[in-house]
Amino acid sequence: MCLSIPSKVVKIDKEKATAVVDTMGVQREVGIDFIEDEVKIGDYVLIHIGFAMNIISEEEALASIETYKEILALMDEEERQRAILEGDQCEGGGSA
Amino acid sequence: MNLTLKNLYDDFRDPKTIKALAELITQEAEKLDRPVNIMEVCGGHTHTIMKYGLKQLLPEKIRFIHGPGCPVCIMPKERIDHAYILAQQPDVILVTLGDMIKVPGSKGSLQQARSQGADVRFVYSPLDALKIARENPEKRVIFFAIGFETTTPMTAALIDRAEKLGVTNLLYHINHVTVPEVMRELIDSRDEHIDSYNNRIDAFIGPSHVSVIAGAKIYREFPERYGRPVVVSGFEPVDVMEGVLMLVRQFTQGRCELEIQYRRSVTMEGNLSAQRQIDKFFEKRELFKWRGLGNIPHSALKLREAYAHLDAEKVYGEQLPVEEIEDHKLCICGDILRGMAEPTECQVFGTACTPSKPLGSCMVSSEGACAAYYKYGDLLQRRSDR
Repeated sequence: MCLSIPSKVVKIDKEKATAVVDTMGVQREVGIDFIEDEVKIGDYVLIHIGFAMNIISEEEALASIETYKEILALMDEEERQRAILEGDQCEGGGSA
Repeated sequence: MNLTLKNLYDDFRDPKTIKALAELITQEAEKLDRPVNIMEVCGGHTHTIMKYGLKQLLPEKIRFIHGPGCPVCIMPKERIDHAYILAQQPDVILVTLGDMIKVPGSKGSLQQARSQGADVRFVYSPLDALKIARENPEKRVIFFAIGFETTTPMTAALIDRAEKLGVTNLLYHINHVTVPEVMRELIDSRDEHIDSYNNRIDAFIGPSHVSVIAGAKIYREFPERYGRPVVVSGFEPVDVMEGVLMLVRQFTQGRCELEIQYRRSVTMEGNLSAQRQIDKFFEKRELFKWRGLGNIPHSALKLREAYAHLDAEKVYGEQLPVEEIEDHKLCICGDILRGMAEPTECQVFGTACTPSKPLGSCMVSSEGACAAYYKYGDLLQRRSDR
């Protein structure tokens, strides 16, 4: 199943069409090719196989992040990193 | 403890909400004068329906038919053989996504090619293919691109970036397929089964990640031309149940429309920038063979002529076979993908064909109908004991 966790944009490099996003403390670089014109630092985006696909409202992002926080507190660091990074993968590699 | 974020969307998995929705659907379904067969086109939906036992919560008048929306399941052996042969060319690194690596072609799977010394790499993002190409300038990197409308723009973005950076050792084998054509095929098919299944799809749960990109608009023709309502739903159990309720209400209220349940991500128009990017690099293929379904016109994409020099199918044209390959005789994946049979009706299901040794494509990917039935079979058992 493809479940994206809302990620916060912390840095934008328009020239490279990439952004650094923070997914609950884990930072990584993603492509912003498809939302380049609208995205700003501080926006919440959903990631799908390494690309930001859409911007979602802060209210909705924070509500779902709250739920994650409680459970993530129960994981060790390695588990937490893996869970966050795998969160935007489809099991079939791109299901419909 | 073994927790992943996939378990954490509590609001959308709340049992009380799911039961309340099931109750509403049951009440609404009492007004129906005949059963309604709903096809969930996407493998992600099939997975949710099986995992959360949604089928068992619904009245008998509501039936699910599992559609062909798993990119791994519909990949024909011919194309996997292409990947297998490409991986074995001198100085080639073959890069692909997801479960593709496990699917058997006629010569073996990519995993087997790797164990025989081929350099096959699995990546989480197409952008990793670019990284691999830059780190290995003396090699040729071939990106074996798979997926529906959902992943097509990422491949387009990869090509765009490689072009801009002047990376010349990255080629592409394109297997991107499109959803409306296969939905049309499932309704339209003309063969000996026409009467038995043409009437079996009454409505569709629309694949939603496809619509994040392409917009819900791509399903307009189904209510308008084919009289089949479509509700684009999210993947959580509450999303799927709400989608079913919306569909049932269309039937009881005598409506036939395109509706969006998954409003938090899907719009009617979709992501226009992604659509432009796709259009820049790709055009429709005349024919594409879907595993189990056969050739479907205009149901896949290929690179435009201007990018022929990047097309691994053309560059390695002499090495790649074109003969058609028959599927395993006992495998009924084709019937399952068409919604004519359930996995449990297959005589090799769970015996000669299991997830660790799949005969057919529906068992290979975790999003395939057979794999979902195999994994959550105890739920089915509970249902038959009821």
